[in-house]
Amino acid sequence: MTVLEALDIGLAALVLAVAIWTIAARELFAAVVGYVAYGLLLSLVWVRLFAVDVALTEAAIGSGVTGVLLITAAMRLRHTDPQPVAEQPGPVMRFAAAVLCIVIAAALAAGVLTMADPGPTLAPDAARHLAETGLGNPVTAVLMTWRAFDTMLEKVVLILAVIGVWSLADDRAWGGVAGPRPLPHQQGPLAFFAQLLPPVGIVVAIHIVWVGANEPGGAFQGGALLAAMAMIVMMSRLAGAPPVDRRWLRIALVAGPAMFLVIGVMGFFVAAGFLAYPDGIAKPLILFIEAFMVLSIAVTLPLLVIGPPDRLPSGKP
Amino acid sequence: MSVADIFTVVAVGAGCFFFLAGTAGLLRFPDSLTRLHALTKADNLGLGLIVLGLLPQATGLLGALKLLAVWVLVQLSSATVAQVIAQALRRRGPSS
Repeated sequence: MTVLEALDIGLAALVLAVAIWTIAARELFAAVVGYVAYGLLLSLVWVRLFAVDVALTEAAIGSGVTGVLLITAAMRLRHTDPQPVAEQPGPVMRFAAAVLCIVIAAALAAGVLTMADPGPTLAPDAARHLAETGLGNPVTAVLMTWRAFDTMLEKVVLILAVIGVWSLADDRAWGGVAGPRPLPHQQGPLAFFAQLLPPVGIVVAIHIVWVGANEPGGAFQGGALLAAMAMIVMMSRLAGAPPVDRRWLRIALVAGPAMFLVIGVMGFFVAAGFLAYPDGIAKPLILFIEAFMVLSIAVTLPLLVIGPPDRLPSGKP
Repeated sequence: MSVADIFTVVAVGAGCFFFLAGTAGLLRFPDSLTRLHALTKADNLGLGLIVLGLLPQATGLLGALKLLAVWVLVQLSSATVAQVIAQALRRRGPSS
């Protein structure tokens, strides 16, 4: 056994241990912290599997944004009443749930263990046709050309999630503001950090989107980074979120999928069909769509984290 | 093994030692503020030594600059997080 193999086995064991600890944790906040650590370890696993694109997404979305989302949820649930005993599942229910989980886990394990070696793969086909897209990163090529429909629908799902969150708003607060209230003359280390970091973060985010065409990176990772910058500014209470009835906010929200759809429909007339790109200009078109998708992702994720609007923009309760 | 490789092994090894010391402090120190102290001080030095050790292995000037940027950004965020946690502890009072 080489050193790297030993490290891999240690990493896998650590992931399992943290996963079990997260499930077993009694306190909600501890479970969330365990989940964030689990996400970071998983992104290391993806790096070891040479899937750097997935590792970046896992670190940014699976661990970062979801972590903030869950911590916020845990803080909101802290002041609610504990679950009444009558609603807690009895032993029979728990046993049934455990059996169901074991059966599903066993089926998944059997599926993985009986998989043909080498497994069925479209990777050689993707690599062979990579040059036609003009892109250097096969992951971006798969996401934006051969699986463009899935990628577009993913962004639509994100918008549906925002609508779902907004639908929880109180009628009186509709059209209002969500998230922490900004304070004047905000000082201290967090405010300093929130003023210092965004310029760096924005440059890194644009870099990640741009190199995504040829190297690991892309719209989702870059968009998540931009979203993180917006969240830091809001959490340090330097600036508040815009009211949800602002037109520019709504336009930014739908810009990515809308542009995807417009260029996709154009494919009927100038290329082979829906979501097909004309020969030769595939790469510029993909980068053009990605620019709008970054905008949508950067707006969507903070809106999901800060939740439904809970006060009117003028400061009235 | 060249001189650069030996330098890398020594510096990264020293960095790992500081991470180990920081982790021991995190587990053994009596209260939150001292644990925070162990974590931030040892981690800053540990990461600094690891980055220093990896510099000779970086591919070109850009790779080396990226490593340094990682170090600076982690320093900045870890110092900020330490201050924020310490503030929260102080607000909550000395009881815990």
